[in-house]
Formats: sequence, C-alpha cells, structure tokens
Amino acid sequence: MPRPALRRSTRVAVPVALSLAAALALTGCADKPAATGGSTATGAGGPITVNATDTACELSATTAKAGTVTFQVTNSGSKVNEFYLYAEGDRIVSEVENITPGLSRELKVEITEPGTFTTSCKPGMVGDGIRGTFTVTGTAAKGSADSKVAKSIADYKAFVASEADEFVTGTKEFVAAVKAGDVARAKSLYAQARHPWEAIEPVAESFGDLDPRIDGREDVIADGMAFTGYHRLEKDLWKDGLQKDSGAIADQLLADVTEIAARSKTVEPTALSIANGAKALLDEVATGKITGEEERYSHTDLWDFDGNLEGSRQALAVLRPVITERDPALQKALDARFTELSSLLAKHKAGADYKAYTALTDADLKELTVSLDALSEQVSKAPGVVEAK
Amino acid sequence: MTDDGLSRRRLIGASGTAAVAGVVVGASGAGALALRGDAVSRDDDASAAGAPPSTTASALALDAAIPFRGAHQAGIVTPAQDRLHFVALDVVTTDRDQLRQLLEDWTRAAERMTAGAEAAPGGLVGGGPNRAPEDTGEAYGLPASGLTITIGYGPSLFDDRFGLAAKRPAALQELPPFTGDQLDPRRSGGDLCIQACANDPQVAVHAVRNLVRLGFGVVAVRWSQLGFGRTSSTSTAQATPRNMFGFKDGTNNLKAEEPEGLAQHVWVGDSDETGAAAWMAGGSYLVARRIRMHIEVWDRTSLQEQEDVIGRDKKEGAPLGATKEFDTPDFAKKGPDGAPAIPVTAHVRLAHESRLGGIRLLRRGYNFTDGSDGVGHLDAGLFFLAYMRNPGKQFVPMQRALAKADGLNEYIEHNGSAVFACPPGLKDGEHWGQALFA
Repeated sequence: MPRPALRRSTRVAVPVALSLAAALALTGCADKPAATGGSTATGAGGPITVNATDTACELSATTAKAGTVTFQVTNSGSKVNEFYLYAEGDRIVSEVENITPGLSRELKVEITEPGTFTTSCKPGMVGDGIRGTFTVTGTAAKGSADSKVAKSIADYKAFVASEADEFVTGTKEFVAAVKAGDVARAKSLYAQARHPWEAIEPVAESFGDLDPRIDGREDVIADGMAFTGYHRLEKDLWKDGLQKDSGAIADQLLADVTEIAARSKTVEPTALSIANGAKALLDEVATGKITGEEERYSHTDLWDFDGNLEGSRQALAVLRPVITERDPALQKALDARFTELSSLLAKHKAGADYKAYTALTDADLKELTVSLDALSEQVSKAPGVVEAK
Repeated sequence: MTDDGLSRRRLIGASGTAAVAGVVVGASGAGALALRGDAVSRDDDASAAGAPPSTTASALALDAAIPFRGAHQAGIVTPAQDRLHFVALDVVTTDRDQLRQLLEDWTRAAERMTAGAEAAPGGLVGGGPNRAPEDTGEAYGLPASGLTITIGYGPSLFDDRFGLAAKRPAALQELPPFTGDQLDPRRSGGDLCIQACANDPQVAVHAVRNLVRLGFGVVAVRWSQLGFGRTSSTSTAQATPRNMFGFKDGTNNLKAEEPEGLAQHVWVGDSDETGAAAWMAGGSYLVARRIRMHIEVWDRTSLQEQEDVIGRDKKEGAPLGATKEFDTPDFAKKGPDGAPAIPVTAHVRLAHESRLGGIRLLRRGYNFTDGSDGVGHLDAGLFFLAYMRNPGKQFVPMQRALAKADGLNEYIEHNGSAVFACPPGLKDGEHWGQALFA
C-alpha cells in the first residue's frame, strides 16, 4: 500500500548523504563481479545433493570452495519442504521454497567470502528447520569498511532479486487459480504469494502507479484510480465472489508484478536506503498490519506482518558487518529484539499457516505492539550508524 | 518563543485557573519574561519546624522552573500546576540491569526537561539528518512552565522479577476493595508511575512522551490520564479551584505552609520503614483514583440537593450553616427544620478529619474530560491524586467511610485505582535507580 507521507519523510532524510553513498555503491558494484568471477572455480565434485525428508536433511558434502555452489535439493518426505543457506545471524544467503514431495530443485549460490554457514531443511515450512554447519573455504579480499558496505549492498541486491522472483512465481500460481475459477485454491495461495512483496516493499513501491495498481486498497478510488490488483481479488474471493472482470484483473496483476519485479532488480540501494527501508517495513507493520487494515477481507495480516518483519531483518542482516563494526551494542540489541518479536509472532501460527487477524485478542495485540515498539526504536538507530553524517 | 508559549497557554488555559492566571497576568505583561528565570525554592524539609517554604508570588510565575532535586520530590507540595499528564507503566523486561539503566536515563532526561531543556543534548536536530531526533521537539522554545516529574513504584514492582521483594515498604499494599467500586483493570495498577504536571499542557505531554520513548522495550504504558485543571491548592497562595460539579474542591487541603502537618501526614518518617525498605524515608505514598462523575444527572439536580450532598454552599464554598469558605464546619449545628445543617451523609462531614480520627491527606487531583462515552454523555470527572504517609492508615479508612455513606456516591463511580510509593528527592549526582538497586 502506498504511504505517501512515509515515503516523503524517507526521501527528505536521504538526499544529503545519498550522493556520497551512491558513489560508494557504484564503486563496490564495479569491483565485486570482477573479484567474484576471477576468484574460484565451482566447488569440486559437481552439485551437492540434499536429501530432505520429514526428519532429516542429508547433504553429500558440508564443505565447498568459495565461488558458485550448487545444491540439488530433493524432497523425499511427505511434507512440503524448504532449503535455506544462512550466513551469521541467520541472514539468508539463498533459499528455495515450496518443494513439494517428490520434487527436486536446484539452488545456485554465489559465495564470495569463506566462512561458516548454516544449512536448513524445513519440513512443513515451520520452525528453525533441521540445521547443519556448512563451511566455505578459499580466500577473499579482506573487507575494509568500504568493502563491507559494498558487500552489504551486493547482498541486499541479491536478496531483492530472489524475493522478486518468488513474487512473480507465486503470483503466477495465484493468477492461474483465479482464472480457473478455483476460489478455494486462490484463497490458499493468496497470502503466501504476497509474502515476498511485503519483504521488499520499500524498494518496489517507488515505481509510479505500479504499487497502487498491485497493492492499492479500495480507497485508491478516491484518487481517481481503478481498484485493481491483489486487494481487488481479495475482495472478490472473500466477499463478493469472482466477478466478470476478475480474470482481466488477474492478467493485469501478473503483468504489473512481472514489471515491478524486473524493475526492483535495477534499484541501486545504498547502505542508508537499506537501513531506512528496514525501518519503513516496521512502520508498515505498526500502521497497517497490527491494525488489521491491510487485509480487511481475508484477515491474513499476520502473513504480511511476517513478510515485513522478515524483510526488515534481512535488510539489517546484510548490514551486520557494518553495524557490528561501528556499534556492537546496537547489533546486540537488534538481534535480541528481532528474536523476541519473531517468537511472539510465531505463537500465532496454526501449523504452516497464520491465524486470522480477527482471532487475536487485545492482549495479543498489546504484546506484539510492545515488542514492535522496542524493536523499532533500535532499528531507527541503524540509519545513523551506517551513514553517520 | 516565550511569547508564543504564554499566549497559547492563556488561550487554552483560561478555565479553572482564572485566579492564578490573574496574578501573573496582572503582575506581568512583559514582566512574565523577567519571572521566567526565577526558580522556586524547594528547600522544604518539613520535619524541621523552621520558616515555611517559599511559595509566594514568584512560585506562581507560570513559566518558572521548579528545582528537580531536593529533600522531597517536586510535584507533591510544590504549588499545584494547571495541567497533568499521568502515566502508569508496566515493566516488560526481566532484565534488572535494563530497568536500573532506564531509571538512570529517566533521571537525566527528567532533570533536563524540568529545566526547560530538550530531553537529550542536541535533541532537536543535533543528531544530524540520518538519525531520529532524540527529543520529540514539541516543547522546544517553550519555557519550563513549572514542569515537575514525579516517579512512583507500584506494589507489583516488588515481586520476584527484579529481586526487589526485600525493598518493598511495609506500607505499600494493594488497596482493598471498596463498596461501589467499578474498577476497570485497564485503568488500574502499574509497576511504575510518572506524574508530569506543568502550567502548559504541551510541556506536560512532551515530558511523558519522551520518557515513555526512552522506555520502549523496558516498560510499556499500562494506562494514562490527562488532567486539564487542578482541583486542589497545595499552597495558601493559590485560590481554591472548582471541580466538575461546580464546587470548590480542596478547601481543607494540607498546604505547603504547614510543615508540621506535612511531616505528620505526608512524608514517610525516618523510622516508618526499617531495614532494606528504609530508602522510603522522606518519600510519600500516592493514591490515584479515576472518579467518573455522572455529569448529566448532577446537572439536573436542584441546588439544595447539590449543596446538601457536598455540605458546602455552591457560590462561596462555606460549610453549610457558616458564611465563609475557610470557616470551620460546625457538624452539631441544626438547621431551621431541626435537622443538622450539614447532613449526616454530606461529603465534607464524612471526609472531615474530625470524623476520621485526625486523618488528613495532601490532595493534588485534576479535573478530566476524556470526550464523550458511547451514548453521548460526558466522560468527565475527577482524577483524584493524594499523597500521604501511610495509605492503610489514611486513604483506606477515609474511603471506607465515604464508600459506605457518602451522598455523593449516587453521582460518582470509581473506575480506576492505583497506589504507588514515591521515593524521596534526589541529592546532587543521584539517580532514581540507586536507592532501589543499591
């Protein structure tokens, strides 16, 4: 949902430092591909196979050389599975979601720095998953402060690209269900299709009318716009039933999502814009999700909450080396507060799904709000740390 | 900026403070600027029977700063300001060090704000363009406005979470239920309280807002109450204000000019608490009650009935059967019909020290109006605040007597309640966390 006031305030805060940070970003991006491309061959022995069952996560190798590492993940269990590669602080390096039983999917990861990583299979897509340690060997250029920032930016771009792709994939499935008139299936896909969008919204919502066309609520009519996109289909699915133009709305949605995903990948973030985005995502939770406003028909607000929270956490996770170096106490507080709010939110899961917003009590909402306030106060300090000017 | 502050307060603050405002406006014009820097003396160690505290004309300079430090906390016997923002909070962390650190951070910010400064140095814009400002800014350029920030600790703070059980003063007990109570848990209790009083509502609200912000993750607001007009005088230099029933309220209140009375009824004595709870000496207990008034019903009530319920005449405030506000009530006097001039169920009779074995309180309440309720009635009343040496020996017997028989009960409803131990004042260099976490 577009929030003009929010975007405006973000923009006001940015310009002074933007030019310098942007220059830095460009330097970093120019350096990176050369360093990566030239450094290493693919990990020896071809793809690492991952056998994911309901109770195990077996890798054919737990070490690899820096460079492109390929995982071939096969779900031989009975539950839908996911595979994650985490860096320190549970920053997602890459992940593959929605691996249905019997399916095998490939995950290619660019690992530019050696170190200790964590792999995880998540049967049923819940919890921390079945974890293991994964070691990457080899050499990488020692990061000065600037190269740390450059790496953060590269990592964030990779995260945005990955979420953008997920968004397109999920939207395709959702749109197909709508067009097939399969209301039950469309409803079951709706919240999770939107999830990657909620994680990268601050990056993507700056492209003209695309954001309101995709994610506008019914009140966009007041601005002279047609009510289209996800929330129009939400209303059809949950309230009015599918309409004559629902298929056309769905087609347009997929076209818009495909465009915004492509454009999201062209955004050149700065450390400052990443940090401000982390704050803006929590602001979204405070003003739109914890109030139950965003999903007024489906009441799937906790999925959006999860997406915003995860997006904020990932944005600050890429900045971890920078924040740890400059303000270790803040990094410690961020870790504690993200963990606290994530675990409070997880209390409202029902299996792999979230409870409806309407099932939350006043006490639940207060508990979440208190924790969100505590987290947001810490996150609001991050922009000043990464861009201390 | 000072002129802006004054003119805004005059516009907003005309109600309920006419007498006080008259003193200052009459004495000032430009003169208010000269008074601005005057600090009110708060050298009020009441146990010493010396000269009464200085709470004369300069005390009524609405812009002046009230000293933050002293033998007792400011905001108790210092002259009652016109505006209140009161907040009760719960501690949400289990980390004792975080709470101790917050009390230290609060002390620093509170001292700065009561002096008229930003909550943190350079708080308005000093953090640069990329940081959220440390001060929220709405009081920037306004005078100190007599701001006092008074802290209190609820009984629940002394449970097993922070190892404070031994520090709990014996006199700090939850209030018992009273007949007629309609208490809402969402307006009651709290681990901590902050009472911010000022002569400018924006200054009081700013103080609470910034302290709450410093506390995110450590404390969370449980309930809060705004008050828009004082209902009590804490100094003989202040005129008696009226409550929402239209009657003068607090005529017989304890005053700053009665040091012996304060020592006897308000301040916790040196030997009241022993051992680990001795830190409370020089402090005071605060009882807060949100008393909703059934305004519409009261307004339809005849003058005779109103005066009989209160026990005073409405215009002058004199006890029934007497002629002047400060005349001593004569509870034996009969009216022309042979019945007591002050009815047996009258509020002044039941609440009077002579009927309660000499019990007195220092009242510091505020009128409130929180808009209207769901059926279009004014949600208004008295936010009763009273300071005392021992709630179990003072407020509890008084309220029991009132709850049982007070004719006023027909027109009021207690829907919020809390009790707090307010520690003594801070000496130079001390902060609130020290005595508690020593």
